[in-house]
Amino acid sequence: MSGSALDPKTAPVFPMAARAAMKDGQLRRNVRHATDVIQAKRARVVAEMPDWQELREAGKQIRQHTMENLDFYLEEFEANCTRAGGMVHWARDAAEARQIIVGLVKDSGSDEVIKIKSMTTEEIQLNSALEAAGIHPYETDLAELIIQLGHDQPSHIVVPALHKNRQQIREIFRREMNLPELGERPEDLADAARTFLREKFLRVKTGVSGANFLIAETGGVCIVESEGNGRMCLTLPETLITVAGIDKVVPRFADLEVLFQLLPRSATGERMNPYNSIWTGVNAADGPHAFHVVLMDNARTEILGDVEARQTLNCIRCGACQNACPVYRQTGGHAYGSVYAGPIGAILTPQLQEMHHAQSLPYASSLCGACYEVCPVKINIPEVLIHLRNKVVKQNGPLNVEAFAMKMMGMIFLSEQRFRAAQRMGRMAEAPLVRRDEKGEGWIGWLPGILGGWTKVRDLQEMPQETFRDWWEKRGPHGS
Amino acid sequence: MIGGRNGGRMGVDTGAAPLGSARAEILRRIRAATGGVSNAEVARAGWTRLPREYRRAATRGREAVLELLEDRLRDYDANVVRAGRDRVSAIVAKMLSERGKTRMVVPAGIAKEWLPAGVEFVEDDGLSVVDLDRFDGVMTGSTMAIAETGTVILQSVPGQGRRAVTLVPDYQLCVVREEDVVETVPEAMARLQETAELPTTFFSGPSATADIEMTRIKGVHGPRYLDVVLMGFGSERETL
Repeated sequence: MSGSALDPKTAPVFPMAARAAMKDGQLRRNVRHATDVIQAKRARVVAEMPDWQELREAGKQIRQHTMENLDFYLEEFEANCTRAGGMVHWARDAAEARQIIVGLVKDSGSDEVIKIKSMTTEEIQLNSALEAAGIHPYETDLAELIIQLGHDQPSHIVVPALHKNRQQIREIFRREMNLPELGERPEDLADAARTFLREKFLRVKTGVSGANFLIAETGGVCIVESEGNGRMCLTLPETLITVAGIDKVVPRFADLEVLFQLLPRSATGERMNPYNSIWTGVNAADGPHAFHVVLMDNARTEILGDVEARQTLNCIRCGACQNACPVYRQTGGHAYGSVYAGPIGAILTPQLQEMHHAQSLPYASSLCGACYEVCPVKINIPEVLIHLRNKVVKQNGPLNVEAFAMKMMGMIFLSEQRFRAAQRMGRMAEAPLVRRDEKGEGWIGWLPGILGGWTKVRDLQEMPQETFRDWWEKRGPHGS
Repeated sequence: MIGGRNGGRMGVDTGAAPLGSARAEILRRIRAATGGVSNAEVARAGWTRLPREYRRAATRGREAVLELLEDRLRDYDANVVRAGRDRVSAIVAKMLSERGKTRMVVPAGIAKEWLPAGVEFVEDDGLSVVDLDRFDGVMTGSTMAIAETGTVILQSVPGQGRRAVTLVPDYQLCVVREEDVVETVPEAMARLQETAELPTTFFSGPSATADIEMTRIKGVHGPRYLDVVLMGFGSERETL
């Protein structure tokens, strides 16, 4: 994958991108290994919790309740954050968010920023906007640093460089940090990142972050992370700019008691991730002197308005569905053409594009339900996938082949007469295609046109000479 | 089209919409999507009714909770020692000497009786980050610990200090009082409610990453080495 940003507007359709990804054996081995490790860890720490299902249900209900009262909780967050010395900005779309953030960085007097990993900033392609304005962004999360230095793109929402193995990471660091002697133990690589970034943490005066949770009750913001790079960016700069989707709000501080249990165990298979930071506005004696929050819509209200798809917004970005998905595990994340890959990406990405792009993603699933089973807030992803497939078909109009075929099927199934006629016709039509095996059973190995998709990978048994209905009618009154 | 966005905004982004109206526009879109303005009373009543069938109280005895905390901290590669109140400074002296630490930063308000002689302790009075980077480590108290997750909680208060102090040095020694250890996350959040607006940091073991092949390895940007003294009972609270 090259350095061009993952943009659903220009990405190839999923089946094409997936075919290309499937040819990369190294990528598939890396993704399979990483997702195997993370799934085993998750399973172990989830099994420790006797009340896991009760936590999932509470998580779902908290998120659902928040979405139903979203305007109230956002206004409450804004009032409390402002009271505590924060500045709240609102952005209708990605362009407006980029414009606000670039302006705030310029106002801070800095031409560089240190960044915490944030999929929201990836979603709005903030880094290229900053660079275009002459501002250098330093990614400080280890995985994001690997991506940035490797001119790569994120392939997972929690572990963006999951598709790279240690040898590949060593090559990137050797080249970009000019460290010819660098070893390939993960410890060596982490040490190299520590040294490379230390000076930037101590020097750069402006930080940019996403947010895991915005707390309406207190106006506080919460970030969960592992490395401490987040704490560096939140604590040491003079100015901190946080960008968050409007879906990130939670009603009360106490709600974190549920989310702090669900998120780490689902995301990285840890009982708790190494660091959680909570801060509220500006504190004169501790941390940045200026704090801005950019609340961004960028089509989230479109999702909110679709009652059947609204649960998409409940997502807390743990990535468990990606690790569990048999499709993602084969293709990796880049094939989805979006920073949100895997099952959650298959429902989130097309909706963030207001169904104008990424229409192939709702089909990038076998509907096996593994994603639903591991989701910490019980998002019924298969249900939303089917709903979105319906939307795609409706949107494409009644003249497309699938919609037409389904309509015809519907007509046939509605009438007994038509159904019987169709069966008779089917038996006549298939006759020239049937060949018999040694047991005398008939099989069809080739079908014409779009039906050929079925017979390309498996044979179809011929239709029986006698249907159940025929047999039922022929049998005597006592079943003889 | 859902949410009534047809008016004048069809098609691709042509740049940001004019500023100033974004707040009103987003709130209008939300209300169109959810079917009206939500109000405080309905929201609060709805929140109160949310099901919370999960564990919200301790289920283990005190000693079992303390053992669980020790076990979970060690699982994250932290070094844990239990000590009676009058033994803290001796234990601290031993830990620091084993690690070869001679110059430590401490926050204002730290309990003086924890600090052994023979080690230089410098109180943070707004030191620069470059100065902080030069210390061998930092020693603090703590607000609370959660046994089930192996978590210690720090807040911006005397004895624990501002966040930069416990972040920049590469080694942290943290004293946790037994009476501040709870078993579950909900118990901790309930105790924190009163001071929810203070800058607050949860740490669970030393800095770590799993970004390389999903293998948890110790030590990236936060303190890479962590010692915890779990201090036994001794009556009054002095650092809060």
